[in-house]
Amino acid sequence: MIFKTLTAAAAMLALTAPVLVAGGADDDTLVINGDIEITTKAAAAPHLDGHLDEVMSGWHFRDDDTQAMEMDDFDNPGMIFVDVATDTWNTAEGSEGKSCADCHNEPESMAGVRAVYPRWNEEAGEVRTLQMQMNACRTERMGAEAWKYDSGDAINMEALLASVSRGTPVNVAIDGPAAETWEKGKEIYYTRYGLLELSCANCHEQNYGNYIRADHLSQGQINAFPTYRLKNAKLNGMHSRFKGCIRDTRAETFNPGSPEFVALELYVASRGNGLDVEGPSVRN
Amino acid sequence: MRLTGLTVAAVLVASAAFANVVAPDDVAFGEYGEVEASLTGSAGDVDKGRQIFSEKSMGNCVSCHAVAALPDVPFQGEVGPVLDGIGEYRTPEELRGILVNAKKTFDGTVMPAFYKTSGFIRPGDDYTGKAAPDPIQPILSAQDVEDVVAFLMTLKDN
Repeated sequence: MIFKTLTAAAAMLALTAPVLVAGGADDDTLVINGDIEITTKAAAAPHLDGHLDEVMSGWHFRDDDTQAMEMDDFDNPGMIFVDVATDTWNTAEGSEGKSCADCHNEPESMAGVRAVYPRWNEEAGEVRTLQMQMNACRTERMGAEAWKYDSGDAINMEALLASVSRGTPVNVAIDGPAAETWEKGKEIYYTRYGLLELSCANCHEQNYGNYIRADHLSQGQINAFPTYRLKNAKLNGMHSRFKGCIRDTRAETFNPGSPEFVALELYVASRGNGLDVEGPSVRN
Repeated sequence: MRLTGLTVAAVLVASAAFANVVAPDDVAFGEYGEVEASLTGSAGDVDKGRQIFSEKSMGNCVSCHAVAALPDVPFQGEVGPVLDGIGEYRTPEELRGILVNAKKTFDGTVMPAFYKTSGFIRPGDDYTGKAAPDPIQPILSAQDVEDVVAFLMTLKDN
């Protein structure tokens, strides 16, 4: 009886979703440009004990065609925006007449930086995301205007900094002065928001690998941001993605750059400790 | 104060339009989360229930639950259990309770409460991301719930 029901359901799903692979994540290997080996599965960090055993990049939950686009920079539309940001990197702006390159030389000198953000800034006494740090550079050192959170300029630069860190494992600190923000982010992660009363965990911890309508739920890892989505044909920031998710619980959202999303970014980033930086990635 | 106001408003609206409709805050649950009486006093409409179950703009139940009896509905989800044969092993009272607020039957379940208007955290206005207007409307109406119950009761394992 049960067998019959399952068989019928499987046959039906096979008809409606031909790319369906039972069990969710696939076992493919991500190598970019035939050169950069990306760790896309790793043992979960100790702070995830009892929640997850293994952490996985969202890359494993996409179909082969989408996966392939990320394996070659010429096929990855996100890399176009990295080129745009490289021009910005070399352009002097603001009252000090300085470019990023004047202090930091080549973008490659920033290799590894993406992997440790968000991080505590002692001088400012706050946890800063990479975008907050970029804006501190702009306003304090360049005398330039801050970029709006998750705006095109900011996301492009984040993509450039991610691209030079590809293959470096995410390793954000969650202890010491960052602990308070991390705890706040964790609380948000497990809070069931909106009329649908859904937490991040309801979908991305309890149900990754399952289909929710046509969407194949991933673990919601952010190691691969910014991400070029085929759905909206642009680079997307983490906070904008958080906002979209919370909106879809029929909730009043938080905004990109808000203290809530800064805390959530730190917490979600820490759930990916051990996965390699992969941005800019390609997703549905 | 606010809650009382909401309840009064909901009751007023309900009693003006549908004399027999039970307001969301007035639904009585049994020991196992079941709801004995129809929310409207009227029988459910199977065809409407099937539509509510299937369409994204309505109940969108299929987003999480697969049903083999709906072969034309694409992209059936896997988050909740397959519902084939559920009309055999669940009573209308149990199904009504699960639809109104499944957490009364399954503690901590992922399933949303479809006939509930209070107790939310940051309730929103549909999918706009903005705050919900006052008073909050339930996701499904009382009659919608009855219609979906009627549809589910047709899912016999044969």
